[in-house]
Amino acid sequence: MQESRIAATDLACRRGERVLFAGLSFALAPGEALHVAGANGIGKSSLLRILAGLLRPYAGSVELAGSIGLIDERTALDPALPLGRALAFWQHLDGPADSEVARLGLSDLLDVPVRYLSTGQRKRAAFARLLGQGAPVWLLDEPLNGLDTSAVQLVEALAAEHCKAGGVCVIASHQPFAMGGMERLDLKDYAS
Amino acid sequence: MSSFWTLLSRDLARLLFGGRSGALLPILFFLAVAMLYPFAVGPDTTVLARTGGGVIWVAALLAAILPLDRLIEPDIELGFFDQWALRGISEEWIIAVRVLTHWLSFAPALMLAALPAAALLGLESSTGRAVELGLLAGTPGLAALGVTVAALTVGLRGGAALSGLLVIPLAVPLLIFGAGSLSTGGDAGIALTGACSLALLAVAPFAGGAAVRAGRE
Repeated sequence: MQESRIAATDLACRRGERVLFAGLSFALAPGEALHVAGANGIGKSSLLRILAGLLRPYAGSVELAGSIGLIDERTALDPALPLGRALAFWQHLDGPADSEVARLGLSDLLDVPVRYLSTGQRKRAAFARLLGQGAPVWLLDEPLNGLDTSAVQLVEALAAEHCKAGGVCVIASHQPFAMGGMERLDLKDYAS
Repeated sequence: MSSFWTLLSRDLARLLFGGRSGALLPILFFLAVAMLYPFAVGPDTTVLARTGGGVIWVAALLAAILPLDRLIEPDIELGFFDQWALRGISEEWIIAVRVLTHWLSFAPALMLAALPAAALLGLESSTGRAVELGLLAGTPGLAALGVTVAALTVGLRGGAALSGLLVIPLAVPLLIFGAGSLSTGGDAGIALTGACSLALLAVAPFAGGAAVRAGRE
């Protein structure tokens, strides 16, 4: 796996007229994970988008080594295409990494158009896309939404394996995320 | 560069066969306009032959506007642009490929449909040839303009209707030179149409890419 590292220095985020959080700093070395917690609307998703480089921070900077894989509420899979072909599009762009379709319980769904999939199935499909990408830095925005208990355990296991292999994981969730040795960052402490 | 064919084939499949009607609706629309026009102005052949080329141009412009709402917005809503950005595929590159696929999805079929349309309007063969050459020079500009405006109006309420309204005045130079070449009969008009197209093609990736990025804020 590529070198993976992510560090934020003195980040602040402003949405409209409101500063959501300020003075936020952390650093993750390979194998480390961070759970970003906080109530709805406190800026968890914004923080992840800043870390991904999709949103400009109001202040501060992000230092990054390794490519980023992002999971958020949008699956980036064509609704009209069968799941297999929708995933194949990303496979063409990302290369031959294994997306572990069988382990995610998607083997029987490859012929089903994405728009007929349930919320939880779409989430698992998004994880197949993420695994196929082979990115060392994972940013997961509410990864457990819509998943049943066995899928929750699977996602927790995937994240643990990813960190064990030297990857970095930032998980934004209002739900508990069971994973050993994970640091916790409560955005409430940085709210202004 | 390896991303080019992957992006192109997805875009083409989506624009040609996606949506409710795919690429067929703009062409049928175009032919319907050409068919109805003689009913509206009467069967006088000299009037039809004199104005028919211009009607083909206007119909082509309107046909190019029809798929605008499907060009950029669905990919932003589904998160495709964000995922591409994470993979280091720039918005400019995506927009450039999108201009090419938008052109491929409507222009060749349109130019083919212009042949029966020219016959329906009773155009002379020299005028028909000028229309075809003009469309060849002008439709790339229409495609670039359409994609740029579609990117600019993403997320606005009533964006689809608004983008149609925005494209029409911006397409005026293309129409003036393209349709103008029919009455003057020279190749200068076609050359100027091509020049407008080239300018629009050069601007589109940067304007569209900047619009998509600005939309993230």
